[in-house]
Amino acid sequence: MLMISPRMATGMQEKQYTPSLLSFFIYNPSFGPREGEEEKKILFYHPCDVEKNEKIRNVGLCEAIVQFTRTFCPTKPAKSLHTQKNRQFFFEPEDNFWIVMVVRNPMIEKPNKDGKPPTIEYQEEEILDTVYGAVLRQCYSMYKLFNGTFGRAMEAGGVELLTQKLEKFFYRYLQTLHLQSCDLLDVFGGISFFPLDKMTYLKIQSFVNRVEESLSLVKYTAFLYNDQLIWSGLEQDDMRILYKYLTTSLFPRHSEPELAGRDSPLRPEVAGNLLHYGRFLTGPANLKDPEAKFRFPKIFVNKEDSYEELHLIVYKAMSAAACFMISASVELTREFCEQLDSLVGPQLTLLASDICEQFNINRRISGPDKEPQFKFIYFNHMNLAEKSTIHMRKTASVSLTSVHPDLMKILGDINCDFARVDEDEEIIVKAMTDYWVVGKKSDQRELYVILNQKNANLIEVNEEVKRLCATQFNNIFFLD
Amino acid sequence: MSDEHYLELCDNPVQFENASSVNNVFFDEANKQVFAVRSGGATGVVVKGPDDKNSVAFRMDDKGEVKCIKFSIGNKILAVQRTSKAVMFCQMNLQCVVLEVSCLCFVFRSLQTKNASVLGFCWTNWNEIVFITDQGIEFYQVFPDKRSVKLLKSQSINVNWYQYCPETAVILLSTTVQGNVLQPFAFRSGTMSKMSKFEIELPVVPKPAKLSLSERDIAMATIYGQLYVMYLKHHSRTANSPSAEVVLYHLPREGACKKSHVLKLNTTGKFALNIVDNLVVVHHQSSQTSLIFDIRLREPDCAVNTHQPVLPARSIHPYRIPLSDSSSWSVFQPDIIISASEGYLWYLQVKLPPTVNLLQDKGKLMDFLLRRRDCKMVILSVCSQILEGGEKGSLPVVATVFDKLNQVYKEYLEAEQTYTLAMESGPSRGSAAQKRPVRTQAVIDQSDMYTHVLSAFTERKGVSHKFIIAVLMEYIRSLNQFQITVQHYLYELVIKTLVQHNLFYMLHQFLQYHVLSDSKPLVRATPQPRLSTANDEIVEVLLSKQQVLGALRFIRSVGGHDNVSARKFLDAAQQTGDQMLFYTVFRFFQQRNQRLRGNPAFNPGEHCEEHVVHFKQLFGEQALMKPATV
Repeated sequence: MLMISPRMATGMQEKQYTPSLLSFFIYNPSFGPREGEEEKKILFYHPCDVEKNEKIRNVGLCEAIVQFTRTFCPTKPAKSLHTQKNRQFFFEPEDNFWIVMVVRNPMIEKPNKDGKPPTIEYQEEEILDTVYGAVLRQCYSMYKLFNGTFGRAMEAGGVELLTQKLEKFFYRYLQTLHLQSCDLLDVFGGISFFPLDKMTYLKIQSFVNRVEESLSLVKYTAFLYNDQLIWSGLEQDDMRILYKYLTTSLFPRHSEPELAGRDSPLRPEVAGNLLHYGRFLTGPANLKDPEAKFRFPKIFVNKEDSYEELHLIVYKAMSAAACFMISASVELTREFCEQLDSLVGPQLTLLASDICEQFNINRRISGPDKEPQFKFIYFNHMNLAEKSTIHMRKTASVSLTSVHPDLMKILGDINCDFARVDEDEEIIVKAMTDYWVVGKKSDQRELYVILNQKNANLIEVNEEVKRLCATQFNNIFFLD
Repeated sequence: MSDEHYLELCDNPVQFENASSVNNVFFDEANKQVFAVRSGGATGVVVKGPDDKNSVAFRMDDKGEVKCIKFSIGNKILAVQRTSKAVMFCQMNLQCVVLEVSCLCFVFRSLQTKNASVLGFCWTNWNEIVFITDQGIEFYQVFPDKRSVKLLKSQSINVNWYQYCPETAVILLSTTVQGNVLQPFAFRSGTMSKMSKFEIELPVVPKPAKLSLSERDIAMATIYGQLYVMYLKHHSRTANSPSAEVVLYHLPREGACKKSHVLKLNTTGKFALNIVDNLVVVHHQSSQTSLIFDIRLREPDCAVNTHQPVLPARSIHPYRIPLSDSSSWSVFQPDIIISASEGYLWYLQVKLPPTVNLLQDKGKLMDFLLRRRDCKMVILSVCSQILEGGEKGSLPVVATVFDKLNQVYKEYLEAEQTYTLAMESGPSRGSAAQKRPVRTQAVIDQSDMYTHVLSAFTERKGVSHKFIIAVLMEYIRSLNQFQITVQHYLYELVIKTLVQHNLFYMLHQFLQYHVLSDSKPLVRATPQPRLSTANDEIVEVLLSKQQVLGALRFIRSVGGHDNVSARKFLDAAQQTGDQMLFYTVFRFFQQRNQRLRGNPAFNPGEHCEEHVVHFKQLFGEQALMKPATV
């Protein structure tokens, strides 16, 4: 159920613009400290067709703001700058390297009579620092996942290599940023875990351990089902960003062929392999192809003080996906891929159908899915577990939400309030129409509930949320 | 390779005077007694049983050559057969060691058919005896006081030879001209019941018909609680059987006898059979080796109920006394080997440790071991061995072994539970059927695994933590698969290993899916306490194992270090006696206080006064953190 914005419904001629990316640039002040050398500071600038002097001006302005705010708090310089038309976000991921993202505020264009140019109304309070600050940090994390730190590129090939890498990565990545649909979930950057009974979970453990034992090259394994995580051998922060990549980029790109029928031309060639449904999502599309290349994307993960470079093999059978990570110093051969395919394929196929069966049994036991009277977002800071009934489906392009953006904004505001204090608290907001929004923070967990109850009062809403907690969250990962 | 003999003779054989021209030796399978009869009994009869209590010596008059001599059950009455027509009964008074028995004797010759000759007799009770003659079977009760016997039952039938299984009190008669129709009778306190007869398939049917089934080729024994007739089917050139085999016929109390198992010997020659620990042992005379078969062990590559030897043929472990010629041994059921010429009676035994190296397939090895009597330590050593190897691909083997152990463990737990329930519901109803389940050695529970295998394994140097965790998870997986409640000490092992290697995120994930948290019922409330409780539990475990820093690191990783009790950690640190550790922990909490309250001092509510004193004693007043001056 997609809510129609009341503002969209009224005034036919009014035009609403969602927040959008104005510019995105990366600079390092230490690269051009002298006058006349300012251009050297700029490592990446989007859009690229901006005139040089304007680039230099904009970078200089950011530099000045950061410097200026430093005088108030040396350790925490400004993170964002609010203006009427746009908002700028500053982030220093590595010493002296700054990433700046400029987002245009959402606006409403009201046509005027008598042929006058339309009035533009900027809604400068509509976007949240926390959300876009998180998006900016995510940009860097994603770059780092595939390229390592800026410092690493500098060591390897100086500014030249770094600018190349930045160009290559961000050119594509920025196109996939959909700033209009960013919300609270971007702040959390959580991981959705697949609910599973203990026994099936242990079977998966057993599978992972066996594969790692027989393919000793495999250093880490992650296991996902239905785009939800079940097991990660990677550390939490690495998994968080890898999960983001898998679920918003890699899996959606490959879901279409799977949805297509068996004989559809979209479906990759699987002929001659009827024993299992396993296939590589990264690396060779078809092992039988004599021309097949055995190159896999490389990722960088944290290891104590340094980084570890790994091949990322993503292998999928039906809805189960296993990521195998292998040290990048090893060259992966056809033989290895064939061995992996013949070992993992059948087991993963079997496991996938096991999980599916178990999941269906559990769902039957827990009763039919009736449309609940509420929607919620849950997040646990400790294990990054998130669960949302507000978001329909994450795709490469948009994340569809089933509630009005205004309600999402309220959720974001409550989250900001929670971030200010360490204490457990609860906030109940009466929103327009019949909605109540309840935020609960307790220890490391946050829960946001949107209730739609006509004429409910505060006490009733409170009772309802209590009941909801008792029924829904006593076993959030556990359906049996 | 040092020792591959998986069969051995017992250490304490029954020794008796060896057979000679003046000394006849008899063996009674029912009481397992050896009778050494010197000069027809005139110079003494020495009876040796399995233990000293059953040993008797007496004298009797020499009234001719003794053909057979047996005590009734409990040594109450002695029956002596000297001719084919008569048997003498004597009542024994076993108070004295040496007796003159002649005065108490009476001779019984009132057989049903006058001209029948007695093939033999068997005691089925302290005073009940069965005579087998060539013309039938007669069941008597003996009254030694009255010097009389009473016929209980008889049956006319032509008998070639007979076999007796004392364990089940079943007598098997060979009838018909070829001798291959076998008629079993069962005896129980005064009753004789005829069981259904059956026919042994002969490899070749002789023409004209003649006795073709020898008594040497038939044996009776109970295997896994069931009575079987074992038929040694020799290879024959005419029939399509290249080598000899043993055919087992299952003889149930009720119902028809059925051919149930075929044991492939893969060789020819002379054989003898024993049953040891429910294994069929086949001795091959010419090669001086023995084979063992387990009828419960399924062969994947064989037709149903056809069995190959479990292990390659090996000779019996050499006995400490050099023996002249083992081919002169006599073999009795179930597990007795007698050398009359040397004067020894041995029990045959299976030695399990050598089987471990002879049977490469660990799954099959476990199946085999789990059905043996003294298997526990061997099984545990096999478990340690497969974990020690750590060779590639051993996890599936480990999993198979764990599953097999837990299958047996689960069956025992279930039986125990059923019994307990039956006892609780009142012993009145059908209590006779309810027997407390016996815990055999094959029941390897979690504490056995922990004590003998897992704790040592996790401590061992040079084993990758990945493998340790994989093995522990595999064991927990197997327990769960059989719905066995996992004991907390296994979780502790997992937690300890994870913490030692700083794998906190893995630990979290296990907690998240409740893999590690079912040991204590945790409070289920909204929406968070389950994990918190599990965290507390982990901290407790670590502190109790004196892993104070590990506990701190863990609680910090879950973000709980602001709320934990400093006292608990300081106590644990102080207990270790490690001053630097105490210093570190103390400092950690001072810094925490500073961060939370702007003052490094402990609040009175934290009850850390004694630790502050202790700290001052160790490191001096100056070492204390001072409140930051503004």
